[in-house]
Amino acid sequence: MDLKDRLTELKFKALGEIETVEDLKRINEIRVNLLGKKGPITEVLRGMKDLSKEERPVVGSFANKVRDELTEAIAKRSEKLEIIKIAKKLEKEKIDVTLPGVSVKVGQSHIIMQVIDQLEKFFLGMGYQVVDGPEVEEDHYNFEMMNLPKDHPARDMQDTFYITNQILMRTQTSPVQARTMEKHDFSKGPLKMISPGKVYRRDTDDATHSHQFHQVEGLVIDKHITMADLKGTLQAIARTVFGDEREIRLRPSYFPFTEPSVEVDVSCFKCGGNGCSVCKQTGWIEVLGAGMVHPNVLTMAGIDSTVYGGFAFGLGPDRFAMLKYGVDDIREFYLNDVRFLSQFSQKGQR
Amino acid sequence: MKISTKWLKDYIDLDIDAQELAEKIERTAVEVDSVSRPDKGLKKIVVGKTIEVKKHPGSDHLNICKVDIGEEELAQIVCGAPNIIANKKVIVALPGSRIAGNVKIKRSKMRGEISEGMICSLQEIGFSESVVPKDYADGIYFLPENAEPGDAVYSYLGMDEDIIDLDVTPNRADMLSMRGTAYELAAIYDKKVTVKKPEIQEDESDSIEKYLQIAADEKLSSTYLIRVIKDVHVKESPMWLQKRLWNAGIRPTNNVVDVTNYILLEYGQPLHSFDYDKIAGKKIEVRLAKTGESLTTLDDEKRELLASDIVIADANGPIALAGTMGGLESGISETTEIVALEAAVFNSSSIRKTARKHNLHSEASMRFERGINRETVLEALNKAVQLIAELGNGKIVSGIAKGAKENVQATSIKITTKKINDVLGTKLSDVTIIDIFERLGFEVEGKEDTLQVLVPARRWDISIPADLIEEVARIYGYDNLPATLPSGDATPGRYTYKQRVIRDTRSILESTGLMQAISYGLTSSKKAQRFMLDAAQETHLDFPMSSDRTTLRMNLVSGLLDDVAYNNARKVSNVMLYEQGRVFYRAEEDERPQEIEHVAAAMTGLYESQSWHDEKKVVDFYVIKGIVDHLLAKLGATNVIYKATQRYEEMHPGRTADIFLDDLLLGFIGEIHPNIAKEYGIARTYVFELDLQKIIDFNNKLTVYQPVSKYPVITRDVAIAINKDIENAKIVDFIQSRSSKILKTIELFDVYEGGKIGINKKSMAYKLTYSDVSKTLADDEVNVDFEKVMQELKQEFKAEIR
Ligand SMILES: [Zn+2]
Repeated sequence: MDLKDRLTELKFKALGEIETVEDLKRINEIRVNLLGKKGPITEVLRGMKDLSKEERPVVGSFANKVRDELTEAIAKRSEKLEIIKIAKKLEKEKIDVTLPGVSVKVGQSHIIMQVIDQLEKFFLGMGYQVVDGPEVEEDHYNFEMMNLPKDHPARDMQDTFYITNQILMRTQTSPVQARTMEKHDFSKGPLKMISPGKVYRRDTDDATHSHQFHQVEGLVIDKHITMADLKGTLQAIARTVFGDEREIRLRPSYFPFTEPSVEVDVSCFKCGGNGCSVCKQTGWIEVLGAGMVHPNVLTMAGIDSTVYGGFAFGLGPDRFAMLKYGVDDIREFYLNDVRFLSQFSQKGQR
Repeated sequence: MKISTKWLKDYIDLDIDAQELAEKIERTAVEVDSVSRPDKGLKKIVVGKTIEVKKHPGSDHLNICKVDIGEEELAQIVCGAPNIIANKKVIVALPGSRIAGNVKIKRSKMRGEISEGMICSLQEIGFSESVVPKDYADGIYFLPENAEPGDAVYSYLGMDEDIIDLDVTPNRADMLSMRGTAYELAAIYDKKVTVKKPEIQEDESDSIEKYLQIAADEKLSSTYLIRVIKDVHVKESPMWLQKRLWNAGIRPTNNVVDVTNYILLEYGQPLHSFDYDKIAGKKIEVRLAKTGESLTTLDDEKRELLASDIVIADANGPIALAGTMGGLESGISETTEIVALEAAVFNSSSIRKTARKHNLHSEASMRFERGINRETVLEALNKAVQLIAELGNGKIVSGIAKGAKENVQATSIKITTKKINDVLGTKLSDVTIIDIFERLGFEVEGKEDTLQVLVPARRWDISIPADLIEEVARIYGYDNLPATLPSGDATPGRYTYKQRVIRDTRSILESTGLMQAISYGLTSSKKAQRFMLDAAQETHLDFPMSSDRTTLRMNLVSGLLDDVAYNNARKVSNVMLYEQGRVFYRAEEDERPQEIEHVAAAMTGLYESQSWHDEKKVVDFYVIKGIVDHLLAKLGATNVIYKATQRYEEMHPGRTADIFLDDLLLGFIGEIHPNIAKEYGIARTYVFELDLQKIIDFNNKLTVYQPVSKYPVITRDVAIAINKDIENAKIVDFIQSRSSKILKTIELFDVYEGGKIGINKKSMAYKLTYSDVSKTLADDEVNVDFEKVMQELKQEFKAEIR
């Protein structure tokens, strides 16, 4: 048998073996055995010294061709075995994707604070400042500066926790407005503010009354503020809190610190105005009180009421939260039952 | 104020559905509580005439009546009412009828006798107990003689009238009368009001001077008038009057008292009737009560009078509390023959005080407090005496006794149409505005666009231009106002630094898994003064509602423990709450407390629950400490020190620390004392409370970039066996202070007690990390430093380096 035949035979035998090998280790052995210095191809090439000058390059290039073919076959087979090996390994690593994920521990704001946050964001965006003030107030700021002198019949509308004759738990956050108006420098621009916070009333706690609740009162004072501006602002609040489709309507009302005074209804967000249990079949829900600042209030704060005017409004985050989330007992807000609080952890709700 | 739309028609020609009318009133004037019709839901209730009444043989209180119900045959009805007699017109609920409460009446047998329906009391057909005339309170009602058997009873009783119940705001007391409401509706619907002035016939032969002399302090009563009617027969009022009263929610009594109430409703003018013969000395004086004076009022209550009470006094002393309630002694009775009728205006704040102090809130006092139409005091009095004379067959003594008589004029207000439009944001024309004022019955004199508006006394709520603007706005209609946004100079809207820190604090704590709680600011004195960071005085309510809300809180932890208790009691055992709010510290000499922003948390149960994936993590000191560390680090407080303390009685003495920022006490942290946990009925609970104001004042500086080392770090681990009482902080401080600058961090990674370590010993394992920003550290350099410090540790703490 000549060298060429031996090489051919070697090639077919080796290719057969390569095709069937199942083990990466084994194919490495085959590679070393076949192509190594002690392998059969090297051996064949060593036998070339006995060939004629003419035959040598022919056999030589044939031998190289065989070696290349085998090298490629081994590489191909190795690659395939590698893929199979990884696939087997991954198969073993399979997990149950339906097992529960590891829980992420995050708390959240109280539902009332979420409502206040939403309002604050809205008003900051409209250029209002957020102003805080004392919860323990003077009668002077809580009532008298709000155009509610002692013995005014409207004082009956608010039962008050007094600490002394002159000191009380604020019944509204409007005293913050009185304090701010006194200090505001109008040469630096209009006054636009909201005052969020806790207020207190001498009420017996029940499903709809709480001796402690929250208010966000707003005030805008400038040279040309109109009731139409108030209406537009209230409409924007209503849409921010209760949804873009909401309409508002104003009804006459009475607050000593505004004239005209209005009660503001928002079209029912539950039924869209057709009538349901939330809106007591009227299609409208009373949500806040507002009005144009009473000239006496301006004058008492040292503001010239013939030049400046403005509007004020007051709303209750507790009531907003009750309406929006269907909470039917205001006391729930202050019991802090974890099962209650944790219900309001979703973000981005409409 | 309950308004019968039928009565309204006396003054104004309006033919509008009651619901629609109510809606209009609500949108233009005042709120409406309800719209109702007394006969709503009632069926087959007719007039009957009792022809024969005889005892039921099988009962000692039932009667068998033969009743004419307008049919061919008499109906037999068994009746248990004690006042039933023959020949009376009664209310009969026929078989198949419905009475109050949607009760159905059937033909039935009562002790063997057939009963074809039921003879009813007023209450049984829906009348409120409070309006049923006393004579019929415990029995059936007798209809007027002219009632026709078989007719439906409703119109005889005024039950077919629509009633609109107004919720009148304090400023619109003018609508606490039929006439005031009529004027309002006239303005809304652009109609005219027709009112008739009363015509009275005085007995010229007799004059008031013979009867009374009165004196009134004008400061207490700006108008005080009395007229006298003699030869009055006190009796039941006619049906038309009774119907109007009970439909307005007032119980008919007798013709004199009923007329005063009728005038109250019609004019809004409270009147008071005295039995003239009970007035001692023919003298009446309006004055303040003197010390020691007392009066037994109509409700049979003896009241000690206060120096602030206005009284009506005769020669012997007070006979009535002005504007609130009359005296029992001088009141109208069936034997009264001469009536002295008072019409007055009393000082509103005095009446308010009296009503509050004596807890006597009446229809009269409410009107005096809020104001009345000072223009119609005399007219109301005249109408009343004329009616009393008519209904009681009496004679009006000529003349009026006057204690005071105010001269009332219209209020003149100057306003421009420009001002109105500027405030409302409208472009209303002069004509539109003048038309609105005229609809309201205000006279307008106009020059150019400046209007002089004359507001009659019946609208005493209007005194300044802003009041007129409101009138224009509501009559023009709020729906017609445009909606715009303020258009002045732009202002930046942003939080103050303090507001930002407070809001950041909340979100940092929420990111650690804590839920925000809002507890009550008012608590008990006991709870207020616990867990105090600093010494302070309590602030108490003057007149608390309940014993557990008497005092302003001085800590947040107490409230959070209430919350934990509420949850634990409901089998919720994992509670992680924080609260941000104010505490109220009062200085001894101050009335008002300081309000200080605090933040606190309470944690109990499992911080992380056991899952298929992880071990459970029970809340302990170090879990809550990690949260405080995280919070303070995030707020930029770098040098925070924990010092074990036993100064809080309410805290576990071995598991509590004060938290300092350098030398500044920020708050405390630890486990609450087992005694407190037991008192609240809660499990082991860990808390912290921080004075947030101190963190705000600390003035966090902006973080400045520190270069990150590009060179590799070298670490050394060491375990040190030391005495158990030596605190970690001591060791860390020691290593820190003795090492060179290349030591960057010291991290405790293991603490071990017992076993081979020995009694009263513990092993602490630390990882020390070294690096240099400017070069690669050599092992040798680190070794030298490390070994030196270890040697010193050994000596200082008798430590064994392992
Ligand atoms: Zn609805």
